[in-house]
Amino acid sequence: MYPFNYHRPGSLADAVKLAGADEAKIMAGGMTLLPTMKQRLAAPSDIVDLNGLGLSGITVAAGKVTIGAMTRHADVAGSAELKKAIPALAELAGMIGDPMVRHRGTIGGSVANDDPAADYPSACLALGATIVTNMREIAADDFFVGLFETALQPGEIITKIIFPVPEKANYQKFRNPASRYAIVGVFVAKFAAGVRVAVTGAGSGGVFRQTDFEVALGKDFSAKAIEGIAQSADCLNSDIHADAAYRAHLIGVMARRAVDAAK
Amino acid sequence: MASVTLNVNGKSVTRGVDARTLLVEFLREHMRLTGTHVGCDTTQCGCCTVHVNGEAMKSCTLLAVAVDGATITTIEGLAKGQDLHPMQAAFREHHGLQCGFCTPGMIMSAVDMVRRKGTDLDDKTIREELEGNICRCTGYHNIVKAIHYGAEAMGKTGTAAE
Repeated sequence: MYPFNYHRPGSLADAVKLAGADEAKIMAGGMTLLPTMKQRLAAPSDIVDLNGLGLSGITVAAGKVTIGAMTRHADVAGSAELKKAIPALAELAGMIGDPMVRHRGTIGGSVANDDPAADYPSACLALGATIVTNMREIAADDFFVGLFETALQPGEIITKIIFPVPEKANYQKFRNPASRYAIVGVFVAKFAAGVRVAVTGAGSGGVFRQTDFEVALGKDFSAKAIEGIAQSADCLNSDIHADAAYRAHLIGVMARRAVDAAK
Repeated sequence: MASVTLNVNGKSVTRGVDARTLLVEFLREHMRLTGTHVGCDTTQCGCCTVHVNGEAMKSCTLLAVAVDGATITTIEGLAKGQDLHPMQAAFREHHGLQCGFCTPGMIMSAVDMVRRKGTDLDDKTIREELEGNICRCTGYHNIVKAIHYGAEAMGKTGTAAE
């Protein structure tokens, strides 16, 4: 790791000011940032640790779940309120990393980092979440731009994420057997107004919506309804673990499992 | 230099450290508590697992300065004098180790597992919850067995409630 100045501001205003410095990096749980710095792939001049801002907590009210950006995966996975409102989201949090990582990693950190194999972006996109920052509210559809790329401006900090409560939802993840990251993860959410399906792990441009599945499931919410729909292998990742055609196949399989398991 | 104060195994310590200092370096190099191991140094193997404010975390992926003020328990803090913690005793009794390198992390994870999941643990739960601990001797069978009996013993001795 290269040297840096460490800051733990006590207010959001101070954090924003510090994060505006050239080459400053914002740290939430640090579960991705620190390994990246250890490999010298990142060399920030300043680390702005958000752990002193009190941005954690989960509230359920009026068909909406609000999760503070610094809420850790373990707290999302273990929230009794969330398990009642959106069980699929709590289950997803419990599938991230391992118990030790879940004790430190946060939802805001994961969403801001936008790793193409991360789990949370699929939930945000499928549930039509709103990402709230110190500056504005951003719809999930506009938030995830590409690989590790979001709509966040330099120095902009996520404060909370608001999820509409669906009628039912489910997340299915096909893990890389070694890294346990999603080779393909599919989040399906059924609302009165329609169905949204988001795919992580597979797209070469990061998380994306599978609109053909959405239309079919909107008419008939059953695994059978999407059985015959082909998923193109264009724009899907190919690597030694799974080529694009295999990932395309897995998207259908995982989507059907998610529909079957949705509750 | 940043001043870091931690309560480690019941003792308060303050050290001036570079902000880059990882918690595991603080423990091993500044405090000479070398029971906490560095295996992969990439948040995967779990050999560096310690308890931060009672919860298992990987100390190779925490800045010491970021946990300033925390209460840390390492493998050295589990035994009471000459009496091994029930989970340590179970690992010895059931031979839950081969080379022993991963053992401190396994035991710290196992104690945390009991805190979260209770003292009656089936094999499936134990194996799932060991996701973040890797044994390169692949001696998982006896590790799982040791955790099963260690958890049970923690229940009997009241250690699980501590």
